[in-house]
Amino acid sequence: MDLGLVAQYTMNGLMLGMMYALVAVGFTLFFGVLDVIKFSHGDVLTVGAFTALASFIGLQSIGLTSDAVELLAMLVAAIGAMALLGALIARAFILPLRSAPALNTLLITLMLGTVLREAVRLFYPDGANPKPFPRLLPADSINIGNFNLRLDNAILLTAGALVIVGLQLLLNRTKLGLAIRAVAQDEETAKTMGVNFNAIVLITFAIGSALAAFAGLINGLYYNEINFGIGLYLGVVGFSAAIIGGLGSIYGAILGGFLFAGLQTIGAVALPFASAYKDVFAFAVVIALMAWRPTGLIPEKLSERV
Amino acid sequence: MNRVLSLAAAFICAGALGVAGVVSSSHAKEKIKVGFIGPLTGGTSANGLGGRNSADLAVRLRNVDAKARYEYEMVALDDECKPNVGVQQATKLATDKEIISAATHYCSAVAIATVDVYHKFGLPVIVWGAVLPDITYRNKYAEVHRVNGTMINQNERNAELLSSLGYKTFAVIHDTTDYGKGHNKYFSEALAKHGGKIVGTFGVTSDQQDFSAELTQIKSLNPEAIYFGGLTPIGVRIRGQMDKLGLNSVLFDGTSGIKSDSYIDGLGTLAEGSLSFIEGAPTERLPGGKFFLEKYNAQNYPNPPEAYGGFSFAAMNLILDTIEEVGPDRKKVQATLNKVKDRDSIVGKITFDDHGQNTVAIITAFVVQDGKWVVWEDSEYASGKRKLPGQK
Repeated sequence: MDLGLVAQYTMNGLMLGMMYALVAVGFTLFFGVLDVIKFSHGDVLTVGAFTALASFIGLQSIGLTSDAVELLAMLVAAIGAMALLGALIARAFILPLRSAPALNTLLITLMLGTVLREAVRLFYPDGANPKPFPRLLPADSINIGNFNLRLDNAILLTAGALVIVGLQLLLNRTKLGLAIRAVAQDEETAKTMGVNFNAIVLITFAIGSALAAFAGLINGLYYNEINFGIGLYLGVVGFSAAIIGGLGSIYGAILGGFLFAGLQTIGAVALPFASAYKDVFAFAVVIALMAWRPTGLIPEKLSERV
Repeated sequence: MNRVLSLAAAFICAGALGVAGVVSSSHAKEKIKVGFIGPLTGGTSANGLGGRNSADLAVRLRNVDAKARYEYEMVALDDECKPNVGVQQATKLATDKEIISAATHYCSAVAIATVDVYHKFGLPVIVWGAVLPDITYRNKYAEVHRVNGTMINQNERNAELLSSLGYKTFAVIHDTTDYGKGHNKYFSEALAKHGGKIVGTFGVTSDQQDFSAELTQIKSLNPEAIYFGGLTPIGVRIRGQMDKLGLNSVLFDGTSGIKSDSYIDGLGTLAEGSLSFIEGAPTERLPGGKFFLEKYNAQNYPNPPEAYGGFSFAAMNLILDTIEEVGPDRKKVQATLNKVKDRDSIVGKITFDDHGQNTVAIITAFVVQDGKWVVWEDSEYASGKRKLPGQK
């Protein structure tokens, strides 16, 4: 296989991996602070992408045409609205269920996800059909042999990487990050040290959901199309990525996301049978990895083992 | 007493005369029942109602025709586009011995579920709208016929048109449902006949989001066109992602599955130059379309005939012609229908093969031109004013 093609596959894989990683990081954050799996996470991404699209259409209708301003407004609207939605979900559905069995949280967020998804389908105008997403990034491209490097893809990839680095800095270098890590490590001790537990949980859910909104926006700009079902699939993949990486570990989630994308690309390219089986292949490898490392590749530092 | 008796006798005489009168007037023309089944309620009811009205039109025109031997009554039943309901209605029709023949079904899932019923009870039918090849080809039931084309005809036309435009190498992407797999099979067969070559075949799931791996591989195979057997949602994604990978000089050759306005809405200017094919034709372009629409509009039906109205009319008309010819007898009607060859109709010539399938079914090619699906023959691409992607 020639080098240009390898580069192209790598670029495709990196883009996919970035989106998966952003979703997986959300799962891992929620699990870190509250030990819950929030299954509506993927659908928050969908709502985020549709919020961005709606704000774009809103700006167009008031006659704004500058791509940069529109993009910024979409980013702010989607991230702001989803951060709010995430905090709201935590406040209304997850915190009240803290003393209930974990299955209840799982079920309630699963149902909430369905409600969000169906709400987009039913209430967004013509929401059952795929919606074109505006092309707001410069579409210049360079061809190097078989490799087609597009400026917009490069920008998206860089932006995603910056967000992940930013999150890392936030968690490791700020007081807020310290509080989040403290709550994740030991809730009781964190409380006695004066950490406002409820506030930290809400902020964590806001951050995780903002990441999902960002992933939704990247998804829209990358594919130039969104539909009400995108979050469902990304949710499942992000969740699996978080699990193989090791729930509760940020690095694990990122690694899991890229690993999953890599497996899918290999599944579609290198395997002799039809590419229809690439998901079967990727998930089969995930199952094998789980059997090999039940706590994930990079386990949470203080995972409870009974 | 006598008076009472004579009065009664007079009444009886009058009654008898009256009855005789009625009987004698109906003796002028024997009344024959024919059937129609389609989706009259539910999501596809627009097509069903259009089909019913069109079949009804054929019956009405026949009933005002002084030369007709019989008077016809059409029994129209609703299959709701649901196989279970369709089987019930088909049974109801097929077990009613007064029904001689019927025009049946718009939905493929219903049509394929009911063929056994017609076979079992010996009711000759003509399918007027369902396109699944299996309806006529899975079994060899002498009772089942079809006037409209199938995806086989569609793909033959597709392969023929593209070969004539000089496209020789194709990559195939199809979804892994029966619909997509059928398209892959029939297109590959048709293309082989025209000497085209398929450089790679990719089965994808019908809700897949990312096609970059498949398309990158296709890029390395360097085909002149990508044939896509599937529906609009992933059609939009594939065409959009072709652009991302710099595959804009490759033709996007679709099927009936992407012939919808949402394909164009979803892609904007990228849709330009994409192809699709449908079984049938816009009614006004059918050979007898003008005549049909004139008559249809004169009846003031509340709904338009829709895409398959002309086919429903042609199916019912063929049934009535056959009954006129051989009389109201299921066996004879069936035997005559099986031999239909080069019969003129408003949808063009009808010839049934040994499976009862119309082999000269009309297919229409479309190309996206300036944000609209334009009939190929009317497009600037056909006239040579514009060139399709990758056309030499």
